[in-house]
Amino acid sequence: MINLELPQKLTQVQHMAQQLAAGVFRPITRKYDAIEHCETPDELKPVAQMMASMGRGPKGKAEPSDEIRNGANMMGIMGVEAMSWGDVGLMLSIPGTGLGNAAVMAVGTAEQKEKYGKLYCAMAITEPGAGSDSAAISTTARLEGDEWVLNGEKIYCTGGQRCDAVVVWATLDKSLGKAAIKSFIVPRDNAGMSLVRVEDKMGLRVSDTAALSLNDCRIPKDHILGSPDIADSEEARKKAFGGVMQTFDNTRPQVAAMALGVARAALEITREIYEKEGVKADFSKLHYNSTARELELYRLEADLEAARLMTLKAAWMADNGQPNSKDASMCKAKAGRMGNEVTLKCVALCGELGYSERTLLEKLARDSKIIDIFEGTQQIQQLIIARHLLGLSSKELK
Amino acid sequence: MEAALFDLTLNEEQRITRENMQRLVRDSLGPQARAADDAGSMNQDLIAAIHDFGLAFMPVPEALGGVGLSRSPLSNALACEDLGAGDMSHSLAALQPMAVVNALIDFGSEEQQEQWLPGLISEQWQGAAIALVEPRATFEPSQLQTLAAPDEGGFRLNGIKSLVPAGKHCQCFLVIADSPEGAAAFMVPAEAEGLTVSQEPTMGLRSAELCTLTLDKVFVPASHRLPGFDLDRLLALSWIGQCALAVGCCQAVLDYAIPYVKERKAFGEPIAWRQSVAFMVSDMAIEIEGMRLMMLRAASRAEQGLPFYREAYLAQLQCMEKAMAIGTNGIQLFGGAGFVRDYPLEMWYRNLRSMAVLHGSLMV
Repeated sequence: MINLELPQKLTQVQHMAQQLAAGVFRPITRKYDAIEHCETPDELKPVAQMMASMGRGPKGKAEPSDEIRNGANMMGIMGVEAMSWGDVGLMLSIPGTGLGNAAVMAVGTAEQKEKYGKLYCAMAITEPGAGSDSAAISTTARLEGDEWVLNGEKIYCTGGQRCDAVVVWATLDKSLGKAAIKSFIVPRDNAGMSLVRVEDKMGLRVSDTAALSLNDCRIPKDHILGSPDIADSEEARKKAFGGVMQTFDNTRPQVAAMALGVARAALEITREIYEKEGVKADFSKLHYNSTARELELYRLEADLEAARLMTLKAAWMADNGQPNSKDASMCKAKAGRMGNEVTLKCVALCGELGYSERTLLEKLARDSKIIDIFEGTQQIQQLIIARHLLGLSSKELK
Repeated sequence: MEAALFDLTLNEEQRITRENMQRLVRDSLGPQARAADDAGSMNQDLIAAIHDFGLAFMPVPEALGGVGLSRSPLSNALACEDLGAGDMSHSLAALQPMAVVNALIDFGSEEQQEQWLPGLISEQWQGAAIALVEPRATFEPSQLQTLAAPDEGGFRLNGIKSLVPAGKHCQCFLVIADSPEGAAAFMVPAEAEGLTVSQEPTMGLRSAELCTLTLDKVFVPASHRLPGFDLDRLLALSWIGQCALAVGCCQAVLDYAIPYVKERKAFGEPIAWRQSVAFMVSDMAIEIEGMRLMMLRAASRAEQGLPFYREAYLAQLQCMEKAMAIGTNGIQLFGGAGFVRDYPLEMWYRNLRSMAVLHGSLMV
């Protein structure tokens, strides 16, 4: 039965996360934006404990079933949206919620999940010479006896300073392309991996974005995620890399949810300010009979609503075992650009109150930009969507 | 009651109806839309084929010849989406009697339903339409210039209504006019004295035969006024209907463009291999999905008896802007060929512009 309202079990999650966002994140949002570089904020430690005690449901594609489910993926959307309403950077700084955790839970062995699932695992993919084109990474891994030896430079690793371990992407043989790219769990205290720097950024300042250097970094043989074999046929190659990329089908809607939270925050603040200044925006007139301010607000609300429903749909598909690769990219593309557009427009719509630090609008507009970039840029999402729709390979549609 | 889960699955009946409608779209509604558009007149066979789905019959009590089901804005919206993929014009015209039926069920008294409903659901399609829009740039439904002045046991209606689908074929109209108590709805027979109907050529929706109604001291008895009229509900349910038509039409644009851009070669390879082309295709799909889900949410809220005005208002705004972008990009992808009338793209473009100007018509 078609129903786009949320059942209580989802609104409860949202409610709890919203309380956390309002009670813990919002009061310290300016403080850590100013501090920028620090260890894990003390205020987040009880949050991490609380989340760990609640049990972090593994997000992933459920098995298909006749019964309709609103499960872990949708709950994740609720939680991430509400926490991002509070502060995306603080949410990303909660120990234990790294992208690496998602990878371990998605493709790790039972032992790996047991050992690393509960730790804070970051993910290191990007290199100075390889961003969106993750097949072009040049960090190498070679097997020496019972150990992998990793060498290379990694940048833009979220949580790379404060995490317990990093899931590092490296190639076994660059000449073999995508099929030879594997990921490895590297404990953060490994002597062969050093912290080069933590980036200074426009937004998401409290979140540590690290550059890491791997110099003859040795890890045990069983620290590889997935199979060490290099696929030899075109089909197998596709499958192997596809498996790695599949992690993103589950994480992209979660990242889209960050944009939803940021946009909702900006719109709520704007509405509050407008109420004080007598701008109504109560839908009482046709669009073009409304004032420019009202119409702009309606547009932004409509765009947020479209992105929100698309994000819920992609997560709902995952919860119900439906292939959602295209939908995951569609919601990320829509939400990513929406979040940026909404927050920037809200600054403009509120004049000095938007541009100064009197309200959070300027911060939200700084934070929102990265959401249209990390976890696959707008353009990468568009490529993925287009290849799906047009049935084209990455050789045809480059 | 535990609230239902978020769900996008069609039920069995909706799935079967969808298949049947898609067949009609494929076999006749789509292929025959162009000729009717060129002629600027509706194809009665297509009108009859849409009428045969019986959407107008569904909410009419059995005693009055209907099916006696509860009102279902959601089923109607799904139907509008499917039919809109074939032709917005014929769908809009053919479903006008359904809109009047829905208005009578939602706003009319029992006596009024007995008086008017049987005539609207005969085996043959019988024209009837809602008349809300007026020919002014700054038209605003809450400030109507068509006036209903109390007069000897009834009202005198004066004013001009426009964009009334299939006006020439209608036996009656539901005219929305400003009364001393605010916006009010009146059933007006086509033969009422002082009422003239003239076809007004428009940019698109040409086979819907949009008409202008001139009301010159038209008398309607007080019993023709629908006592439960709710302007916001009329507007919101009609926005849902029109959004659904636009979603269907935009999906048709996308489905039509995909094989073309893969086939058409420039600089030695299919144009679909270029990001500037491929990204337009992606954007179409992204926005259609957003439009569709917003339309469905508003419809499903209406279905469940939840407030839905805001959701419908935002869906209409989103659809009005995104649908037109898709219409214009559809032509762009085809280049000169999109501008030529051999292809349906320019017709879809003209039809989609109606999203911005038509209100209070296709009440689902």
